[in-house]
Amino acid sequence: MASSICLCLLRAVFLVCFVNPLIQGLSGDVNLVQDPRHRLEKNLTGLSIVTFDWHHVQTPYLVITWVFVAGLAKLSVIELNHHVISVVPESGLLIILGFILGGIVWGADKAQTFKLLPPTFFYYLLPQIILDASYFMPNKLFFSNLGSILIYAIFGTCWNAATVGLSLWGCYEAGVMGNLDIGLLQFLLFGSLIAAVDPVAVIAVFEEVHVNEVLFILVFGESLLNDGVTVVLYNVFDAFVALGGPRIDAEEIFKGIFSFVVVAFGGSFLGVVFAVLLSLLTRCTKHIQIIEAGFVFVVGYLAYLTADMLSLSAILSVTFCGICCQKYVNANMDEKSVTTVRHAMKVLANGSETMIFVFLGITAIDTEIWVWNTGFILLTLLFVFIYRIIGVFLLTWMLNKFRLVPIEVIDQVVMSYGGLRGAVAYGLAAMLDKDKIPEKNLIISTTLIVVYFTVILQGITMKPLVQWLKVKRAAHSDLKLIEKLNNRAFDHILAAVEDICGRIGDNWWTRGWNRFEENYISWLLMKPKARKNRDYLFSIFHKLNLEDAVNYVSEGERQGSLAFIRSDEVANVDFKKQFGSEFTDVMPDIMVNMSNYELGIENFSVTSIVKDTIPSVSLDIHGKDRKNAADDINAHHLLQQHLYRSRKNHRHKFSRSHFSINQSEDEVQEIFQRTMRSRLESFKSAKMGVNPAKKITKHHKKDLTHKMANGHPDGTDHLYGDEVDSAVGSETGAIRGTFMRDTYTVRAGIENPVFLPAMDSPTHSSLPWLMETDAVAPSQRAQWRLPWTPNRLRRLAPMRVSTCSTDSFLMADLEEHEEKPQTDHEEEIRPVFD
Amino acid sequence: MGSRASSLLREEDIEEIKKETGFSHSQITRLYSRFHSLDKGENGALSREDFQRIPELAINPLGDRIINAFFPEGEDQVNFRGFMRTLAHFRPVEDNEKNKDLTSGEPLNSRTNKLHFAFQLYDLDRDDKISRDELLQVLRMMVGVNISDEQLGSIADRTIQEADTNGDMCISFSEFTKVLEKVDVEQKMSIRFLH
Repeated sequence: MASSICLCLLRAVFLVCFVNPLIQGLSGDVNLVQDPRHRLEKNLTGLSIVTFDWHHVQTPYLVITWVFVAGLAKLSVIELNHHVISVVPESGLLIILGFILGGIVWGADKAQTFKLLPPTFFYYLLPQIILDASYFMPNKLFFSNLGSILIYAIFGTCWNAATVGLSLWGCYEAGVMGNLDIGLLQFLLFGSLIAAVDPVAVIAVFEEVHVNEVLFILVFGESLLNDGVTVVLYNVFDAFVALGGPRIDAEEIFKGIFSFVVVAFGGSFLGVVFAVLLSLLTRCTKHIQIIEAGFVFVVGYLAYLTADMLSLSAILSVTFCGICCQKYVNANMDEKSVTTVRHAMKVLANGSETMIFVFLGITAIDTEIWVWNTGFILLTLLFVFIYRIIGVFLLTWMLNKFRLVPIEVIDQVVMSYGGLRGAVAYGLAAMLDKDKIPEKNLIISTTLIVVYFTVILQGITMKPLVQWLKVKRAAHSDLKLIEKLNNRAFDHILAAVEDICGRIGDNWWTRGWNRFEENYISWLLMKPKARKNRDYLFSIFHKLNLEDAVNYVSEGERQGSLAFIRSDEVANVDFKKQFGSEFTDVMPDIMVNMSNYELGIENFSVTSIVKDTIPSVSLDIHGKDRKNAADDINAHHLLQQHLYRSRKNHRHKFSRSHFSINQSEDEVQEIFQRTMRSRLESFKSAKMGVNPAKKITKHHKKDLTHKMANGHPDGTDHLYGDEVDSAVGSETGAIRGTFMRDTYTVRAGIENPVFLPAMDSPTHSSLPWLMETDAVAPSQRAQWRLPWTPNRLRRLAPMRVSTCSTDSFLMADLEEHEEKPQTDHEEEIRPVFD
Repeated sequence: MGSRASSLLREEDIEEIKKETGFSHSQITRLYSRFHSLDKGENGALSREDFQRIPELAINPLGDRIINAFFPEGEDQVNFRGFMRTLAHFRPVEDNEKNKDLTSGEPLNSRTNKLHFAFQLYDLDRDDKISRDELLQVLRMMVGVNISDEQLGSIADRTIQEADTNGDMCISFSEFTKVLEKVDVEQKMSIRFLH
């Protein structure tokens, strides 16, 4: 590990040392202009085979070298000892690495040649970070907490700016800072630029601290929006400073407030306009799929630049562009383009973020900018810290009067402690006009110190703080399994009851908006096809199935044979004929089940399948695993690992660097799948004339006692993991058993066996798709080589419920002329997934 | 919206609910407006489908069980009284309530009632016992698919052993209460309803 770091550093040093003498030797733009003539002269003396043209490539070469160095820096930080990583947040480490790199440059040049210049930062580094953050914003969470976020972002920022500025001015007047050429307006300007919490720094730190999602969205949303607010505020005060103190009267102040509103809301509105534009654009890119992903970036950047041109808030513009367009763009674009956008966005954002932190470090190594004023700097640190805390607690106190589920004290502490300042503050400070603000360098150095202090020190202490606060609350540790289980159950119950009570009160207007959105906006901005497939349930199934199919194939490859894939393709083709192209999405799934079924028939070894699910061709890995586990099963550990977490303990969805679904989302999908499955069953049973509420409980009771009585759980046994061998002697029994097994795969893990009786009804045996199995039988070889892993198949199975049950919404979708009760069911189930 | 909803609620109803559940007046009207917004059929009672429309419940592993807990045995509808009665289980125990003499019967939010609510989620056949099967069903809901049935079975066995004192391989309610006596149920099963 250490060697790789050294290697990276060496490389970086080499590059810097190699590049710098070159620049020193041939520096300046003047040379660049003269260059062609110079070359021409050289050419006259004779044809040279290879020429050395540094000037030609100087600028792009330097840029790309720094990008490369920053990338290496990130690499070395990540590869660093994991113990260090767990203590110091990545952003802090990058800054420290920046110090080192800056030191090297300074050592070579005796001056800081490279700096983070405001235009570079605002035009080339910041936009993609904001776009990334907003494009992957968990929208629902964001909008359901929008009120609180706006309060924090607008009033919190103004509060911070005003109090820090005024307090510093007060202290200055009291004579704490000695003699400075600075007035009230300059203090307020400084206050406004230091007020913003930086999204980049916050996310980098919060990602490592596991916080609940409401807290996360509050901090994240706030930091994203208050960047915009800060810039606006900064511009207003900058204008005031330019105007000069005496000329400011009530009218000017009023104009300032008005421009604040116009700039902020105008920027947001412009963002929405561009989002609409982008959505409309992606509606008609069907034939140029190869570049449609590019539109997202181009239009996003256009939104930023246009807002900047109109002197509206560029950050807010790109933020709202990203937030508003994501839903429609993702639905309209091809799946490949969606993936491309996701990856590219993360690459760009992560890259710029790394560059920013490294350069924040490098910038520090420069004697020019450092002006020390103990009073000013220390007081700024103090005020920034204290007023953040006061502001958060004050605003939360007011908000808690309106929120149904109040923000807890521990969350407030984390929020106030998470007030990290970042590159935006530095960028704004560096933009100050030296003529108007004589103490510019003092402001820059103070800003840098605040940034280092918050990012490094608060970043380091954040995690221990959160852990400490949590530990204090949970004194009693789970000793018994049943306590552990019930504690988790309590969490789930509480979460459910909170949901039933509504978390943000009566959302009458959310419903109204949803209806409006469904009817008009989606109609305008989404492709008709995308609208149809928008069903939440369906998309989750689709995603899961894709994932499982990939796993399935790779498992097969691990087995050393791809034969089954070939034969499955045959099955695929056959199936397309049967069900039409609408079902291509669920194909992999169906195929798998088909092959299972075939396998079962071939083998006739119901015992092995039903009981142990390790047939003759299975991977033995699983069998071994299970044996070992059965021997020394650590039940506590297992439960700890696999109990679903309740919403409170879930991690947030947005991640800086990981865009794949994280564990918790997987869990959510699993649970969702199960719930939906059981609900589908209940719809079905309702349709077949069984009253779900009354009869089924009895039914079930009877069924249970029946099972208990003869100790022959008949097919359900593997559900419960019984050791009972359910093999039936006769051949017919075996066939029935196979069939039962097959239907049960569908519901393996189903949580509501209340509905089992309905499933057992013979309707299934006459289902058309089961009859088709003969036609699509995979080749003999494929059947034998099929990698059989019960877990995998269990996950693959559920989709079949929806294809085989005649009243599922899928069927209803397919045949619209179907009788009314079924479409009713469809209607009923739809609103659940808004 | 809120005003319309509360106008549908008669004052004497509120008084009765207040007496029965201990909720404050504003809490009742607030929850009524929520009840009203959940009630898509607008018939003054919630059906299972009304509950199932809440999207978050679909990703709650115990969601459907909890929905069931709102419905009295054998019924398909729950009116506002019943709704509030169930929610009252989750009202935090307040200090002045602890010292109150229990002449008027046990309040809905007592420790025993909170535990009983949880117990009922397991006890599907309502015979006041959690059998191995019932426990397994709940376990299956609460763990990921990565645990095999055998592992789950042995977890269930151990869980029952921990609680089972009379050796019938079932957990009765008294056993359930006993084994959870160290758990801070009052705090863990309470929601801070807004006043």
